[in-house]
Amino acid sequence: MDALILQLLNGLDKGGAYALIALGLTLVFGTLGVVNFAHGAIFMLGAFCAVTVRKVLTLSTKVRDESVTLFEAYKEVPILEAKFPVIGGVIVDYSVPLSIIIAIPIMLFLGLVMERGLIRHFYKRPHADQILVTFGLAIICQEVVRHYFGANPIPQAAPAIVAGSANIGAFFGLGDNIVYPWWRLIYLLFSALVIGAVFAFLQFTTFGMVVRAGMQDREMVGLLGIDIQRRFTIVFGMATVVAGLAGVMYTPILPPDYHMGMDFLVLSFVVVVVGGMGSLGGAVLAGFLLGILQSFASMNEIKSIVPGIDQIIIYLVAVIVLLVRPRGLMGRKGVMED
Amino acid sequence: MSKKNTTGSWSRRSVLKASAASAAITGAPLFFSRHAYGAEFLNNPGDKGSVTLGFNVPQSGAYADEGADELRAYKLAVKHLNGEGDGGMMNTMQPSALKGNGILGKKVEYVTGDTQTKSDAARASAKRMIEKDGVVMVTGGSSSGVAVAVQGLCQDAGIIFMAGLTHSNDTTGKDKKANGFRHFFNAYMSGAALGPVLEKTYGNDRTTYHLTADYTWGWTQEESIVASTEAIGWTTGAKVMTPVGAGDFSQYITPILNSGADTLILNHYGKDMINSLTQAIQFGLKDRQVNGKDFQIVVPLYSRLMAQGAGENVKGIYGSTNWHWSLSDAGSQAFVKSFGQEYGFPPSQAAHTCYVQTLLYADACERAGTFEPCQVVAALEGHKFDGLGNGPTEYRAGDHQCFKDVLVVKGKENPSSQFDLLEVVEVTPRAQVEYPVDHPMFAGGDLGVCNNGV
Repeated sequence: MDALILQLLNGLDKGGAYALIALGLTLVFGTLGVVNFAHGAIFMLGAFCAVTVRKVLTLSTKVRDESVTLFEAYKEVPILEAKFPVIGGVIVDYSVPLSIIIAIPIMLFLGLVMERGLIRHFYKRPHADQILVTFGLAIICQEVVRHYFGANPIPQAAPAIVAGSANIGAFFGLGDNIVYPWWRLIYLLFSALVIGAVFAFLQFTTFGMVVRAGMQDREMVGLLGIDIQRRFTIVFGMATVVAGLAGVMYTPILPPDYHMGMDFLVLSFVVVVVGGMGSLGGAVLAGFLLGILQSFASMNEIKSIVPGIDQIIIYLVAVIVLLVRPRGLMGRKGVMED
Repeated sequence: MSKKNTTGSWSRRSVLKASAASAAITGAPLFFSRHAYGAEFLNNPGDKGSVTLGFNVPQSGAYADEGADELRAYKLAVKHLNGEGDGGMMNTMQPSALKGNGILGKKVEYVTGDTQTKSDAARASAKRMIEKDGVVMVTGGSSSGVAVAVQGLCQDAGIIFMAGLTHSNDTTGKDKKANGFRHFFNAYMSGAALGPVLEKTYGNDRTTYHLTADYTWGWTQEESIVASTEAIGWTTGAKVMTPVGAGDFSQYITPILNSGADTLILNHYGKDMINSLTQAIQFGLKDRQVNGKDFQIVVPLYSRLMAQGAGENVKGIYGSTNWHWSLSDAGSQAFVKSFGQEYGFPPSQAAHTCYVQTLLYADACERAGTFEPCQVVAALEGHKFDGLGNGPTEYRAGDHQCFKDVLVVKGKENPSSQFDLLEVVEVTPRAQVEYPVDHPMFAGGDLGVCNNGV
């Protein structure tokens, strides 16, 4: 039972990451009709916002160590800590949450530039062209990051206060064996909040209403005198921010490296297809569903019955869903169907 | 006007024509085969003033940093072989036939390839080097899967392969080849070196849980560590295979919490090891008490680059390594100084083994007096040398595996810099890690005969 609960939490956590990336992909596809293969790279760039912020905060200086009198009397200390011993250390410790503040404008700007400068020229081109150009962009982003940061993963610490694990079992009266890392729980909560915020924005604001109307019938909204294109550009920026923040918050879970976007991209596309192209609810549902299935399929008991199932489960589910329901779990009729 | 009688007799012109035709016909085979007579072996540099080596390293993908360090070492080796720079380990290598004027008087040049840490890409890259660039030797790589694949290709083509970073027993075990040589240590040696240290540190009553990368290196690593830990009295619990490049390992780690195991053996390397170790620490494994003992994690194959990626998580964790820049012998010091002056930071074990392989190949050519693969193989087989960082070393003739001391290391508690992450806790003598050629873990292969490629 304990093992099942832990795997469920793992699945939800993983699903949260899939859902966040898939949500952005779906927003872009649903509004602009663009298949954006650079979305994984945006997730990676978000993570490297956190890396950069930490690097800046930990720029060091040589400080004399009074307890040492010989050659090694000087040691490297972050400038921030050297100048502000108490608050400086706290700021460095909280570098990941602080990165969010920096990442939001950067990712928004990046998204707007990307849409205005490149993506808009491919609206009316075939999906194959869109895939090629966005995939090329993803590779360029990757190589730039590799050039400046190297290929080795760069560890990012969560704030010390949430570095350990939470005893969930004891909290719910289920024994002491269900412990789960605090930061993963925070990530799960963060995923739920962001997903909720995006849905609330689209559901309860006038802007969101127009965007939803535009997703249904772009021409009709245009005929009403609304500049739907401008709104879609903002939606593209929003999708970029969502992916970027997902990357920032993911860094204490997996040390970021230049290839992390590609690792998530393929799975996220499977999530989008299973959920239904263009369906925001479908993307979220499929993200969590596939994350949970992947976790359970990795259990030794399951693998002893079906060896290797952990490596194919996502694709197996995709094949079954596409055979039975080509539009995906919550896809609109007509999308991805003949 | 008289008419020339041409019937029944040969005119002077006819005789000349016939002679020329005969000479052409009889001489043609000589013309077309003269290269074959002179070439004796594939890619013979002949009278050219230079010779080309092929450096096939991961320049993209998960091991790109390791590949970059390998490439730095290769460039340094070329520089030293050509008589430039401070000479590095050429000054400490014993015995040495190297003169600092290239190899056999020919200037050393090189071409590079990107293995992408994929067997297919690595083979394609090596093939291009052999066929298009005319290399006499291929070296490099950061994966046993790649090493085994490229070694097979070089054997078939008739080129020497000096393996880079490959730790699977299979490379000089069931997949060994006459044209292939490995300076790096292997999984069996890691197990043999680690066993006694683990017993001394953690006692002889523990239950292990293995997470293992699902490919040739992981399999032989797990087999080797299981053998060495069971030999000290430990019990082997679950052995779980994980896909290479899994990224998130949480679903493989949570079952450990309730498994009853008190020791986790991470048979992972590179990015996989960084991720799995980071997550094992996140899930609080190091803080747990199981069976009345503190839970421990062991990483059998360590590297400094991996330790950098895992950050503080490596503290206090034991493993093994082929070489470390903190060694104080003259050879290691010379290499660290030379590499440090060139690039501004210490070399990794991958850089070290690649540098050494290049020098060893060049030295073997000098001693053989030729680039002909079979004679180079003969010069390397059973060759004993010293001054290259691991004490007296021997290229065993039976399987082309180098035998030398093996280092047991531990993640440093208080590192003084970003490079000072591992401390050497024991230098395991060669005799303790040696095994017979026909050891069961290495059985099933055949060295075969060397191939000159013609």
